[in-house]
Amino acid sequence: MTNEKPYRIAIASGKGGTGKTLLSTNLADYLAQEKAVVLADLDVEEPNDALFFKAEIQQSEIQYKMIPDWQAETCTLCGDCVKYCKFNAIIKIGEYITVFNELCHSCYACSELCPAQALPMKPNRIGITNAIKSGRIQLVESRLDIGQEQAVPLIHDTQKYIQDHFSPIAIQLFDCPPGTSCPVIAAVADADFVLLVSEPTPFGLHDLKLAVETMQLLGKAYAVVINRADLGTNELENWCQQEQIPIAARIPFDRDIATTYATGELAWRSNSNLEKALKSLVEYLHERKEVYA
Amino acid sequence: MKIAFTASGGNWEAQIDPRFGRTAFLVVYNEETDQLEVVDNSAVQAEAHGAGTAMAQRIYDLHPDVLITGNGPGGTAAKALKNMQMSIYVDAHNLSLKEAYAKFKENKLTLLTP
Repeated sequence: MTNEKPYRIAIASGKGGTGKTLLSTNLADYLAQEKAVVLADLDVEEPNDALFFKAEIQQSEIQYKMIPDWQAETCTLCGDCVKYCKFNAIIKIGEYITVFNELCHSCYACSELCPAQALPMKPNRIGITNAIKSGRIQLVESRLDIGQEQAVPLIHDTQKYIQDHFSPIAIQLFDCPPGTSCPVIAAVADADFVLLVSEPTPFGLHDLKLAVETMQLLGKAYAVVINRADLGTNELENWCQQEQIPIAARIPFDRDIATTYATGELAWRSNSNLEKALKSLVEYLHERKEVYA
Repeated sequence: MKIAFTASGGNWEAQIDPRFGRTAFLVVYNEETDQLEVVDNSAVQAEAHGAGTAMAQRIYDLHPDVLITGNGPGGTAAKALKNMQMSIYVDAHNLSLKEAYAKFKENKLTLLTP
């Protein structure tokens, strides 16, 4: 094992349901034939990668977010905290300061700037991170607690957990949430390379454009994986060509992949179409010297 | 009595804005002085978060006795409004401020019960 920085690949998409989890779990298992892999499920609002690996949780860690805790006795009711909060998470109604945990971004501004020190920060539980070992795969998943509205702090906690515990593992796959909003930005922030999974439908193309724009704004290296590549229209392929966006692999439509996936099995093990697609994907990454550099 | 409206404009002919936090204007009618106070809320469009709580704070600072709106406040704003001594009437969209005020006087608006 070397002390080199791990190579981190984020698997994202614009549109949901294009095959991020299919690709993440199967690619992790495929790569694990030869070497240790971290597979991180950063879709903390509905993690499901663990369903594909029949293994026990080795270690769990409760995760917290820091929230100001109003101290009525020391507060002078000056109302500065209401003005400082950029997220409108604090209001002052009569003689009461109310903090809305779900709006708080833990920026500490109110706490630091309160002249009476009446808003000390306190940890609030937001979710849990589980580490699961299955053969050469080190799976890390986080689950946001029911009722919590912000995925971003838990995604950050998960990335830190991986850094603290599994940095020596050279290949790390991050299964991201769908869309292009804050949780996705947080999930790809650490990545060295991003695979955007899409499908050849009008929705797939529309959302891929948003995802590509996001990656360009973030300055990320990326390539597209087209799932169910032989269905739909050529519009997506044509657009990628026109924009000179690399296509790293194509997974053909195959009912067997879907039925195997639905039973919680890793389809590449029994399906040659998926195995071929993974092989070409790994070759693509290899050519870019991204994985085996 | 002071009556607040979420409104799409700053006069009696304006329609009720059905939105609470992201209403275009907040208009407060003071029955004693017969004056309209108009608060432009357009800056809220730039806010990604907390439009509802910000509006709750704005309304509290104006101390109206009654709020007449459309959809009603969302979950977070509703929590914020709970501690205020204010009756909230909803479902007044599609009415002008003038019509909504008349209906309020006839007791024909829907009172929001927490």
